[in-house]
Amino acid sequence: MGVGVGVGAAAGAGAGAVPGLLTLADATVRFGARAVLDGVGLDVARHEIVCVLGPSGSGKSTLLRAVAGLQELDAGQVLLDGRDQRGVPAHKRGVGLMFQDHQLFPQRDVAGNVAFGLRMHGVSRGEQADRVAELLDLVGLPGAQRRAVASLSGGEQQRVALARALAPRPRLLMLDEPLGQLDRSLRERLVVELRQLFDELGTTVLAVTHDQGEAFALADRVVVMRDGRIAQSGTPLEVWRHPADEFVARFLGFDNVVDATVAGEVADTVWGKVPVPDGAEDGPCRLLVRPAGVRLVPVAEGVPCAVTARTFRGTHVAVHLEPRVGPRLEAACALRDAPGVGETVGVAFDAGDVVLLG
Amino acid sequence: MDLARTEVGKPRKGLSRGNAARLGLMAVPVAFFALFFAYPVAAIVARGLKVGGQWQFGRIADVVAQSDVRHVLWFTTWQALASTALTLLIALPGAYVFARFEFRGKQVLRAVVTVPFVLPTVVVGTAFLALLGRGGLLDEMWGVRLDTTVWAILLAHVFFNYAVVVRTVGGLWSQLDPRQEEAARMLGASRWTAWRTVTLPALGPAVAAASLMVFLFTFTSFGVVQILGGPAYSTLEVEIYRQTAQLLDLPTAAVLTLVQFAAVGLILAVHAWTVRRRESALRLVDAAAVARRPRGAGQRSLLAGVMLTIAVLILLPLGVLIERSLSGPGGYGFTYYRELTSADGGAFLVPPIEAVWNSLQYALAATAIALVIGGLAAAALTRKAGRLVRGFDALLMLPLGVSAVTVGFGFLITLDKPPLDLRSTWILVPLAQALVGVPFVVRTMLPVLRAVDGRLREAAAVLGASPLRAWREVDLPMVRRALLIAAGFAFAVSLGEFGATVFIARPDNPTLPVAVARLLGRAGELNYGQAMALSTILMVVCAVSLLLLERLRTDRTTGEF
Repeated sequence: MGVGVGVGAAAGAGAGAVPGLLTLADATVRFGARAVLDGVGLDVARHEIVCVLGPSGSGKSTLLRAVAGLQELDAGQVLLDGRDQRGVPAHKRGVGLMFQDHQLFPQRDVAGNVAFGLRMHGVSRGEQADRVAELLDLVGLPGAQRRAVASLSGGEQQRVALARALAPRPRLLMLDEPLGQLDRSLRERLVVELRQLFDELGTTVLAVTHDQGEAFALADRVVVMRDGRIAQSGTPLEVWRHPADEFVARFLGFDNVVDATVAGEVADTVWGKVPVPDGAEDGPCRLLVRPAGVRLVPVAEGVPCAVTARTFRGTHVAVHLEPRVGPRLEAACALRDAPGVGETVGVAFDAGDVVLLG
Repeated sequence: MDLARTEVGKPRKGLSRGNAARLGLMAVPVAFFALFFAYPVAAIVARGLKVGGQWQFGRIADVVAQSDVRHVLWFTTWQALASTALTLLIALPGAYVFARFEFRGKQVLRAVVTVPFVLPTVVVGTAFLALLGRGGLLDEMWGVRLDTTVWAILLAHVFFNYAVVVRTVGGLWSQLDPRQEEAARMLGASRWTAWRTVTLPALGPAVAAASLMVFLFTFTSFGVVQILGGPAYSTLEVEIYRQTAQLLDLPTAAVLTLVQFAAVGLILAVHAWTVRRRESALRLVDAAAVARRPRGAGQRSLLAGVMLTIAVLILLPLGVLIERSLSGPGGYGFTYYRELTSADGGAFLVPPIEAVWNSLQYALAATAIALVIGGLAAAALTRKAGRLVRGFDALLMLPLGVSAVTVGFGFLITLDKPPLDLRSTWILVPLAQALVGVPFVVRTMLPVLRAVDGRLREAAAVLGASPLRAWREVDLPMVRRALLIAAGFAFAVSLGEFGATVFIARPDNPTLPVAVARLLGRAGELNYGQAMALSTILMVVCAVSLLLLERLRTDRTTGEF
């Protein structure tokens, strides 16, 4: 559902024949003159995990707030199970939202927080206790019922917030920067746990994050936002392999972008001739070479570049290169092959890692 | 991500519903103030300035031009300025000590210095009379009498307002992050320069706010000046009382009321401005983490100096009051207290001790009214809103400054005919007392309510709580403590209200302060001793309610008082 977004197509998924669990149609929110959400269309199918990815200020938190009913739309629609949510207050929408800084109720203990939604829905005390215990087991905090929330570490708070959001069994769970405040190693572990958990429970999830690693690890589908609009939507692999435009490319960390004119199997750039993938249309365009496609060769065989910096990235070394003309280049190369700063190397390009941007 | 944070604070579409709710919340307080404050005050002013249906505004100039009125105006202003300066001078070291030092008995001492603030002005006047007046402690020991000098008034004002400075300035001071000063030190500032350039500017608005509150209280001082001022000194408020109750010169009283109204309005406008500046972003930390035990001779002598000031300025007058109440013609004993139970004194139709019971009942009713009105107003004012609401915020403080005498007299002439014939009902006194209680309730509740993160409410909503339920589940538990503190303050100030109550309390149902004033107004050892005894009872009731509050108070919810 909505996954089949073509290469380079910069549009939200259109509504299919069967409406998804959540549909946003032309959703618009303005703060003063500025449109924070600008005609956003989005479909989330049942059991799908969708991650909205974008820099701060791109409107992704507002998107969640609009779906939750905490932010009214200026135009457009939010549909849940095909039903228009206009005028339905937040507490009656049956969606869950995990806030970015958790917003645990400070005056209640862990059990009091997790059971809150159950109490609001009139669940009996016995059932509440059972469900709380079950959820705390699920998130890896068994027996934490009586602990004060102030005594919890960041990771533990995150788990409690998750348990609290899951407790009333929302039809859609929304996560706002779910792992944003945690340290890197914890984040990497939790993102795997979350993915497993959601797969097991069959939860439908709409998450927002500015961290592409988090989004790609968590999501079935990634939606990249820019200035209140959807810049690209697709599976993590699609987005990674074929960023729709320069903005998406740069947001993903790809900076080797240059003006090019395609003619047949090669494109003409300031870096010289660059081979392009089959089926490229002739004419001027913007061209991206992923760092993996920047090969270091003897100076005589390629574009001569000076090595200006080396950054160790664990599995590889990012080498920053300064060609005589044109924008700087980044190459990813194996540890043992990395040249030293100050050396001059030649550069050649692999067609497989060249992407023509819209 | 900052975006979500900024977005939440912004006015949102669809607030029409929220606005309606807020207007609904505000309707009750607005009606209350219109009916029991604006209407009586306006009626009094109209009665004074309207002759045969014509407004006589020329009278304002006439009255203000009178030399004795100008004298009163001048004295009111300069004594308020002097009192404020003296209070700052004496209380700022205290604010520092309470903010930054950790010492034994700090909590109790903090309660002790607050006792004067909630004491009825009548009791304060009486206590200083016992200390500085004819036959007072100083008179007996050295033959020194200050009760006919302005010093008695100034000292009583310092006594009364010490806590305002300690609480307002010290409250903020204790939460200022000391690392800010350390950062300045690391950049090469000396200890003094760091304090002057970092801490002082941060404290500035709090000092200004405290000064303005002290100025407001001393500018409108009534009970203290009435008792200690003698015929020579009189503030606007005392003059209004004299013109109204003794000379029956309503036009003059009306003009004076207007003058005071204008002055108070100006003070409050400036106060609101400083408060808003104080709300600007400061790095605040947990006070408990900052306070240290005093180290070195300098810090220890500062602490000792503050202790000595408190002992002489606050404990001594209170102690003398108690001593006088026990010191009968035949040595120490409970003569005067026993005398309170008999009606033979002649000052009242009933035994004076009944005033205690009357006062408690009235104050409880007044507290309930103040909590409802103030609570609704605070809830309505919680969310950030436009100019109109902020104006309302300042308006709520007006009863603190507008002549209580005028309000009391206004009650008598406006609430005596149908449909609002309240003159013969007991509710009249609590209504007048609640007027001064409401500002305290609002001031205590508002900072706490505003501190509740709106997204907690949203979290509750997403989990299925309706707005009302979210308020009950999220806001209420957090403000419960503030609510109790507000109740205590409202109770204490209601208990001590004098200016309005003196007009409307019926002779057979006097309140404690009214009874004290009446006893003081009569000659004779016995009456004087009974006044002391009754004042002591009033002081103990106030002090006990305050000490109970101090146990509830945490350093995080400082509020305004």
